[in-house]
Amino acid sequence: MESTALLQKLTAGMAFRGNPATLLSSSSASSHFARVQASAWPIMQGSRLRRLNVEATDLNANAFGTMPHSSTGLKIITKAVAVKTERGSTATAQQGHELLLFEALREGLDEEMERDPTVCVIGEDVGHYGGSYKVTKGMAEKYGDLRLLDTPIAENSFTGMAIGAAMSGLRPIVEGMNMGFLLLAFNQIANNCGMLHYTSGGQFTIPIVIRGPGGVGRQLGAEHSQRLESYFQSVPGLQMVACSTPYNAKGLMKAAIRSENPVILFEHVLLYNLKERIPDEEYVLCLEEAELVRPGEDITILTYSRMRHHVLQAVKTLVSKGYDPEVIDIRSLKPFDLFTIGNSVKKTHKVLIVEECMRTGGIGASLRAAIMENFFDELDAPIGCLSSQDVPTPYAGPLEDLTVVQPPQIVFAVEQLCKH
Amino acid sequence: MAISMALSSISSSVSSSTSVGNPRRRALHLKTQRPRTVFLGSKVECGIRGVQHTDLSRNATFHSAKATLSELLRENTTSTSDLLLMHDEGLELYEDMILARSFEDMCAQMYYRGKMFGFVHLYNGQEAVSTGFIKSLRKDDFVCSTYRDHVHALSKGVPARQVMSELFGKATGCCRGQGGSMHMFSKEHQVLGGFAFIGEGIPVATGAAFATKYRREVLKDDKADAVTVAFFGDGTCNNGQFFECLNMAALWKLPIIFVVENNLWAIGMSHYRATSIPEIWTKGPAFGMPGVHVDGMDVLKVREVANEAIARARRGDGPTLVECETYRFRGHSLADPDELRKPDEKAHYAARDPIMSLKTYLIENNLASEGDLKAIEKKIDEIVEDSVEFAEASPLPERSQLLENVFADPKGFGIGPDGRYRCEEPGFTAGTAQV
Repeated sequence: MESTALLQKLTAGMAFRGNPATLLSSSSASSHFARVQASAWPIMQGSRLRRLNVEATDLNANAFGTMPHSSTGLKIITKAVAVKTERGSTATAQQGHELLLFEALREGLDEEMERDPTVCVIGEDVGHYGGSYKVTKGMAEKYGDLRLLDTPIAENSFTGMAIGAAMSGLRPIVEGMNMGFLLLAFNQIANNCGMLHYTSGGQFTIPIVIRGPGGVGRQLGAEHSQRLESYFQSVPGLQMVACSTPYNAKGLMKAAIRSENPVILFEHVLLYNLKERIPDEEYVLCLEEAELVRPGEDITILTYSRMRHHVLQAVKTLVSKGYDPEVIDIRSLKPFDLFTIGNSVKKTHKVLIVEECMRTGGIGASLRAAIMENFFDELDAPIGCLSSQDVPTPYAGPLEDLTVVQPPQIVFAVEQLCKH
Repeated sequence: MAISMALSSISSSVSSSTSVGNPRRRALHLKTQRPRTVFLGSKVECGIRGVQHTDLSRNATFHSAKATLSELLRENTTSTSDLLLMHDEGLELYEDMILARSFEDMCAQMYYRGKMFGFVHLYNGQEAVSTGFIKSLRKDDFVCSTYRDHVHALSKGVPARQVMSELFGKATGCCRGQGGSMHMFSKEHQVLGGFAFIGEGIPVATGAAFATKYRREVLKDDKADAVTVAFFGDGTCNNGQFFECLNMAALWKLPIIFVVENNLWAIGMSHYRATSIPEIWTKGPAFGMPGVHVDGMDVLKVREVANEAIARARRGDGPTLVECETYRFRGHSLADPDELRKPDEKAHYAARDPIMSLKTYLIENNLASEGDLKAIEKKIDEIVEDSVEFAEASPLPERSQLLENVFADPKGFGIGPDGRYRCEEPGFTAGTAQV
């Protein structure tokens, strides 16, 4: 179809090159984003085209350098202008510094440890080794062995030790070398971490942060590919957040350390090398808020952690097909930011949840229930939920890919839901 | 030296358990020869010593060896007046033990009258361990316990009123009625709980000890020398958390004392049926800390060992493992019919009632008169009665209390659909918790 082909060429040129983080570097660094306004064109030959006005703020000019011109007479209006932001900083794209996600975590950690001498890290290989994913590299030389405590392999006990230290006035951060190892610490996390503030009648606070990489990696096998957010979400007294970009990783790390509540910070094994430009100035994000990644009108896609990037991949295809999804990274897995989510549902009336948790009892299941309970009247369609399969992650590559949600599935699900 | 003396005297007694009549024969398996001195009242510093105990028998003769051991230790005190005890100290110890016993008896009464519910675990018979250790601690030292924690809280200084209210589930309890019998916490008196699952408290205690070391070495606070005492039972000593924490405490030389209240029974499981090597004190040296066995029915002996272990920890020399041979006169909990324990075992330990022993000692050594002791008993009766009255008269928690302490920072309940934090909405505490 002529117009579709044109649209595809248009969007192909518009597609941001580079890895998802480059996309994000322009959009989330200053929390502005590419605004894609859609207004309906007259229906032409059975298909509905949308005229796309692209108004970009903080975008690299390169991204629009190859915008194709219409040669068939259809008017395409593009306004790809790098607009000065309200924040007033000129050439924001040049300021800030670029780093990888694990470096962003380290930066956040470093800043907090300098600021507050009671902040310490407890975990396996966090000190001399610098962390199995290099999050604490170089810090033991700076802060000493007691502040970056290399523990023996005893997750249950060193997590309990961190809890006892937190009760006595320190602010420890427990690193699970892999989130799955924290299953061994489940006793301490559920019984003491979550409950102790309550059973002591509020006498003892436990300002602890438990963090570590989880999620499905590259053929790591079943036990190293676990997603524990579904197991911990029922524990009362815990807060859970998941980071997905260097910007929110640093902000959430700092917020979690400063919080008086026990916070579990979920990182993802495959996201540690994500690169992004983040601000030089200090910033702390809100632990309870969700992040609006891409505004839209058609459907709300709720996601977190690695699936955010799969969703954004799918969004490229969806936009080329004429859909306008709104993407929200929920970030706070417990509690849910029902305000941001609710506003979005009220606008689009359709929801798709894309998560890496298992189908049964995952974050998506809880989110579905919460949305249904609070926003039932706003929904035009049943809430869709794409989760990982209830399968122990196999080693073989193709099988592993089948267990997690892939962009084509997201595209298909959106298309199905938008038929309502 | 006292601790290693204890080790040598134990080895010698066990190795000679089968040869009747010569309990003072030296053990042939010890690598070093140790001079014979009075065990108690020794002022020599103790260091870490490994002990060879290849000849420890683990069959039926062991039980008799343990009885022999206690007798031996008692025999070894050549002069009771060498036991450093002043009049006031003696009365303090007596008062603490009487408080423990009366309080626990009152708990039983109140439970059967339907004033308190759930699982209640009483400490009758084990008072010497709690008094012996906790009365030697400072106010800022930490105590961490298990579900048998009423007396640990009382000894540490939590008012009887607050403990009884907590047991009744009233809002004036030390944990606002939210903890109950198994979760006694006190920030003021540094009581770190109260844990329902055994072994759970040991890492928490290790963490408190780690915090002391951290304050000393990282925050450069020279006055930070708070010691932590972790109490737990014989059943816990087969749990992974016990061994993991022994390792970490010895590795980092944490100021902690692991006190095993070995009352030989874990509900209905005899210690000898559950443990491959029943001598728990021998597991200390395996991790690089002294392991001491002490007669837990004798408060003076416990106190002596406690003082040394606490001084050792405060100096920065590291942890100690102390096994106290003790016994609970009641069942595991008030719901336990206690059918498995043999009457003659119970009678044996009832004859060694720590309160009676101290009373006899005080009177025989003219440290107190009958009148003094009666006065103490009367005073404690009044305190316990008053605590019950206070608890009865106290109000039950309000509905608004339900959500108050779930999060230290109530923003953790999240942002509601209207954009405000749920905790900021009026009537939040009268509502429900959902996130």
